[in-house]
Amino acid sequence: MIINHPLLGPRDAQEFTYLGDAELLNRPYWLSETALQQFHEYLYLRDNPAGTHRELWFHEQGDRSWLVVTRDTGTHEIQNVELARDVALARRAARTAGETRG
Amino acid sequence: MTVAGAPLRNRLTGGLIDRDQTLNFQFDGKTFQGHAGDTLASALMANGVQLMGRSFKYHRPRGLLSAGSEEPNALVELRRDGRQEPNTRATVAELYDGLEAQSQNRWPSLRHDMMAINDRFSTFLTAGFYYKTFMWPKAFWEKLYEPIIRKAAGLGSLTGQDDPDAYDKGFLHCDLLVIGAGPAGLSAALTAGRAGAQVILADEDFRFGGRLLSETQALSDLSGADWTAQVLAELDSLPNVRTMMRTTVFGAYDHGIYGAVERNADHLVAPAAGKPRQTLWRIYSKRAVVAAGAIERPIAFENNDRPGVMLAGAVRAYANRWAATPAASVVVFANNDDAHQTARDLRAKGVAVPAVVDVRPDAPRIDGIEVLAGARIVNTRGRLGLGSVTVQLANGQTREIACGGLAMSGGWNPNLGLTCHQRGRPVWNEDIHAFVPGGNLPAGQYVAGAAAGELSTAAALRSGAAQAIAALADLGMAAAAPELPEAEDAAVAITPFWQVAGEKRAWLDFQNDVTVKDVKLAHQENFTAVEHLKRYTTLGMATDQGKTSNVGALAVMAELTGKSIAQTGTTIFRPPYTPVSMGALAGRAVGQAFHPTRLTPSHTWAEEQGAVFVEVGNWLRAQWFPKPGETHWRQSVDREVTQTRKSVGVCDVTTLGKIDVQGTDAAAFLNMIYANGFAGLPVGKVRYGVMLREDGVAYDDGTAARLAEDHFVVTTTTANAALVYQNMEFVRQCLCPEMDVQLISTTEAWAQYAVAGPNARKLLQKIVDPDYDLSNEAFPFMACGEVTVCGGCPARLFRISFSGELAYEIAVPTRYGDALMRELMDAGQAFDVRPYGTEALGVMRIEKGHAAGNELNGTTSAANLGLGRMLSSKKDYIGHVLSQRPGLAAEDGLRLVGLKPVTPVQSLPAGGHLMAAGGPVDAAHDQGYVTSAAYSPTLGTAIALGFVKRGAERMGEQLRLVNPLERQELLVEIVSSHFVDPEGEKLRA
Amino acid sequence: MRYSAFRLIKEALTGHKGWRPQWRDPEPQPHYDYVIIGGGGHGLATAYYLAKEFEAARIAVLEKGWIGGGNVGRNTTIIRSNYLLDGNAPFYEFSLKLWENLEQDLNYNAMVSQRGILNLVHTDAQRDAARRRGNAMILHGSDAELLDPAGVRALYPFLNFDDARFPIKGGLLHRRGGTVRHDAVAWGYARGADMRGVDILQNCEVTGLRIEDGKVLGVDTTRGYISAGKVGVSVAGNSSRVMGLAGMRLPIESHVLQAFVSEGLKPFIPGVITFGAGHFYCSQSDKGGLVFGGDIDMYNSYAQRGNLPVVEDVVESGMALIPALGRARLLRSWGGIMDMSMDGSPFIDKTHIDGLYFNGGWCYGGFKATPAAGYCFAHLLHTDRPHDTAAAYRLDRFMSGHMIDEKGQGAQPNLH
Repeated sequence: MIINHPLLGPRDAQEFTYLGDAELLNRPYWLSETALQQFHEYLYLRDNPAGTHRELWFHEQGDRSWLVVTRDTGTHEIQNVELARDVALARRAARTAGETRG
Repeated sequence: MTVAGAPLRNRLTGGLIDRDQTLNFQFDGKTFQGHAGDTLASALMANGVQLMGRSFKYHRPRGLLSAGSEEPNALVELRRDGRQEPNTRATVAELYDGLEAQSQNRWPSLRHDMMAINDRFSTFLTAGFYYKTFMWPKAFWEKLYEPIIRKAAGLGSLTGQDDPDAYDKGFLHCDLLVIGAGPAGLSAALTAGRAGAQVILADEDFRFGGRLLSETQALSDLSGADWTAQVLAELDSLPNVRTMMRTTVFGAYDHGIYGAVERNADHLVAPAAGKPRQTLWRIYSKRAVVAAGAIERPIAFENNDRPGVMLAGAVRAYANRWAATPAASVVVFANNDDAHQTARDLRAKGVAVPAVVDVRPDAPRIDGIEVLAGARIVNTRGRLGLGSVTVQLANGQTREIACGGLAMSGGWNPNLGLTCHQRGRPVWNEDIHAFVPGGNLPAGQYVAGAAAGELSTAAALRSGAAQAIAALADLGMAAAAPELPEAEDAAVAITPFWQVAGEKRAWLDFQNDVTVKDVKLAHQENFTAVEHLKRYTTLGMATDQGKTSNVGALAVMAELTGKSIAQTGTTIFRPPYTPVSMGALAGRAVGQAFHPTRLTPSHTWAEEQGAVFVEVGNWLRAQWFPKPGETHWRQSVDREVTQTRKSVGVCDVTTLGKIDVQGTDAAAFLNMIYANGFAGLPVGKVRYGVMLREDGVAYDDGTAARLAEDHFVVTTTTANAALVYQNMEFVRQCLCPEMDVQLISTTEAWAQYAVAGPNARKLLQKIVDPDYDLSNEAFPFMACGEVTVCGGCPARLFRISFSGELAYEIAVPTRYGDALMRELMDAGQAFDVRPYGTEALGVMRIEKGHAAGNELNGTTSAANLGLGRMLSSKKDYIGHVLSQRPGLAAEDGLRLVGLKPVTPVQSLPAGGHLMAAGGPVDAAHDQGYVTSAAYSPTLGTAIALGFVKRGAERMGEQLRLVNPLERQELLVEIVSSHFVDPEGEKLRA
Repeated sequence: MRYSAFRLIKEALTGHKGWRPQWRDPEPQPHYDYVIIGGGGHGLATAYYLAKEFEAARIAVLEKGWIGGGNVGRNTTIIRSNYLLDGNAPFYEFSLKLWENLEQDLNYNAMVSQRGILNLVHTDAQRDAARRRGNAMILHGSDAELLDPAGVRALYPFLNFDDARFPIKGGLLHRRGGTVRHDAVAWGYARGADMRGVDILQNCEVTGLRIEDGKVLGVDTTRGYISAGKVGVSVAGNSSRVMGLAGMRLPIESHVLQAFVSEGLKPFIPGVITFGAGHFYCSQSDKGGLVFGGDIDMYNSYAQRGNLPVVEDVVESGMALIPALGRARLLRSWGGIMDMSMDGSPFIDKTHIDGLYFNGGWCYGGFKATPAAGYCFAHLLHTDRPHDTAAAYRLDRFMSGHMIDEKGQGAQPNLH
């Protein structure tokens, strides 16, 4: 497979290591009353879709970026590649904005 | 055997062989002659050899069926000794001078094969017979039945000797990959090449041209071979086109990546020195055109498997390209017009064609050849080769026709393999009565020519150009069709015909001996799904993967079930298209080069000392340093331990992972990484830390040294260096993206040495520049700092101890590592300093009770390791929440303890299990297990670490250490894991 | 119809006219007491044991394609009872014992062949781990022997002993391990179940689970609605899809595992051998093909096909271990979808939905588990209590922290 790295362009998937579902970006709050349930769900349960899947890849033999790759698990077609840090920051910003509004 | 210079029995005139080059070769010990341009198959045919192999199950005599890589029958062992390659298809083995081939799967000889007895019992050996018998008595399967079956099965043999040849791997990139250099492929490559695209044209053959080399029809005024040569000359003149002969594209993988094998030296006796036998290419294509041609299919009729019965297109290819014929007299049997060309070409070459047997009542006539329209062949005769065929005429009468060859054709199947490697399903085309590629091709793939069902030469030429234009248009590149020559453009004229009805065996799969009867039995027993048919009868599972047999068999099944062939469907096409040498897939990663070898900066020095090395991941580390006179490793290790504990020792610990952490949030970041607190660590101090996975299991431990407010150095275990770094980057980028912190792995940037023992400080005072005060007050236990050594060389000094002694680790830039080791040894002479290896390191850490890889085994929690109190309750960190689960934190769980034999012993078995002293020995009463063991010269006995249920509460209790695997049992006592210096006085001295 | 040598001879002499279909193709009934979703090895074995051991009636197996077409038809055929952990060892020992009597039980020769499995060790730490495992095996009633390099050499003289990057320091030999003709397992169970009245419904894909008030009522299929007393799901790589029909998320990811077979060769590798310093294991089928595999492709996939880097990785390891392999040829590769669980161990458990049961998470170890998984799942379906040997395979074990992690890799499925 070829992953189109946002900074480095097309790179062979062999340069990367794979982690899994990009939901792992959404780590729960440790002091929540339901922290155990939330962490259980966060770490162990998966949608595991047959189709579009957002997933984390680490450019281990490259620039060491974590990427969020949107890929079809049925065809392996890659639709989108983002820097995981950008995604994490955007989610944080969205959450903060939501809290401000709320 | 042939007499030099004498005309060969079945050699014809013309052809694309070089008669000026005569090549000698051997088959089954007999010497023959052929010419450059021959294959082993064509040369044997020219020499009149028909019998080339035996079938898998019945050991029936087998000759050539085809002229290409689809060959199921003529499999030989090529070459000898370490180079012997079983199952080589004679049809693709390019002849070279000195070639040696042996027939296979026969005993004692090809002509007299005792295993042919199976054929006599064929009525018992039907499809799946083995599922119904050999069950009684039970023990006989492994002892009797299976060994006999295994010995009889298999085809060629491996010698067991190491393959002496080298293989290479490489990457190629292109805009357009054209697979197959027949008319469609050549036309596609020419179109794309002229348009300026980066083109790769690959063909499995050793000569470009595909079917053009085997056909007599002209392309405008040129022969197929000459037109090919002309196109090839132009392609080779274009710098943007790469032509690759002897290159099989065997697999279509994701995102336009194709696997290909180039056979660099299989046409030579042996590869030239330093050159590879084969090269594996991973071709990264933006677009690809599959122009892989078509494969002819046989017709099933009784005894259609005799040597001499061949595919019509193959007979034509041998006659036209290789100037060879299977016999002086060849009958043709077909259901289509294309096979008539074989009759015409044979006659033109002087081969007798007694009749063309065509099942179609309205079969066209051929001038000068008898066409038996509406007739069929119902049987053949002959012993080791064809002698005659029995023809049932349209009027029902039978006629026996003597002939040594039969050219049969049931039509042509587009060669679909690569179009279906991504699980695409082909569709049935009623015009040509064959499967053609469906709409779900691999992304970026186009199909041209016969592979797409365009079976005439002219259509193939047009389609190659059109597909190349379409593929390039998709890339935004304009291309125009070249001027194409006038060529044969006959419409496909075929009436589907699959089998001649009969009671006896009619072969579908020639190698695996699957007959129409087997398909009928499969149907009778409800194995009607194509995959069930395949698996029950072994149809299409031979080395040819059913290239010539699958469609015929499923057509027979379709007739039985009353379904259409389209409804019946096909089995799945999977890579590789043709079998690929394991050597090519492994490339250079063999022997010592299997994995890279990582060496520390002091490796050369250690070699000079005669060190014994051990593999630690990809690293090589000194395991111990034998001194003259020491005959057993224990002598060396005991000495290294004793000397270190008595005076001072030095150990290379460069392999530990080192990660530099910098930024204003560095401390907060490490607080997230480690389970214990790091925010309050003062500058100039080191702290031991435990890392958990998010699931709460302890997975690594090490130290973090604070060199500045915003600068830490983290060390990890050797094994987890890469994983810890990856996890830290995950936290940094994905979980804490707002933090100001940067990471870099510096494992290779620093050489690091442990200096341990009562004289460690004195030794280091001779190395570290005098500006730095190393006194216990100024540089106490767990201090760290940046220093200079040996007169200004930058270094980092950490006062940490794995051995339990007064100890330091000193790090210098890698390039100074070797020099520092030598300086340490020189300066340490006064203290009789000794280097120690990983073995002594391990002994001392067990004596001290430090956990290492055997304890941090990926299932143990901090509580298990006795580190539960280190877990901070005041902060978030990776693994915090889930480490609280009962399964990890339970009070009655396993605890790390020391284990000491009641009576001193020389060794204890790590991996032994622990049982109550008086209780039963079984899994239900398991109390724990031994993780690490070593002989402690300090204590004069072997000691061990292990996990014991509620171990911390059971100090002093005796347990049975059982090792039933090695029939060993002894009593041990649970003790503190800190065997040496439990109060830590030495390391604070 | 009983199969035997006598029967075979009789049929051979009378033109094989008497063989009956090995299973029927019945029309679906409107209701079954037990509906098993998934006509693979596990589903068929479950139906067989439900009918035979628990004398249950009105059982159907629903298969979306052809039976035996999932992982039971696409694996490296190994059986073994060489597990380390208490949660696993009794179960796999039970399974191996069922294998040892399978052919007589089914009256079907699945070619259970206990030619031994040898796990090589290349470091002292691996030897320690092998000793712990071997002892656990013996303590659980299985068999194990620790071999030194000479012992390994006596069994496999052609391994790389002289020029290995990672020297062979010994091996753990499990003599009762071996291989089975995988397709025959599916067919044998199908035939046995069919003879006991089980309806095997091929080309019957489940499209919906009807659930009301927390109870399952039946299944919608491509062949119509089927009402069911209890529904057991046994669909391996498709676990998340089918259980998703009930709104459940599972501790499972689907990954592709490739496996490989060489061209047929005369006997070369007697048993099963696994490399300890790379991803490679290999045996030789009775037909002569070397059957081998290695690591999964690492990324989530339902594509049933893999990529070239893993092919190369596996063959590199193979050549590192057996340098003579260079002249053999890879004939075919295939990819199966593995239900990779979060700790590498499976689930045989009830769900929170009344009447809905789940068997899955077998990673790439499901084949050897087939008999016991079928038996234990049947036990659970019939009695509503877990079988003793499968009691640890709970869906809620991650909440309590009782993982069954043989490899110690944690909650990352592709590392198991």
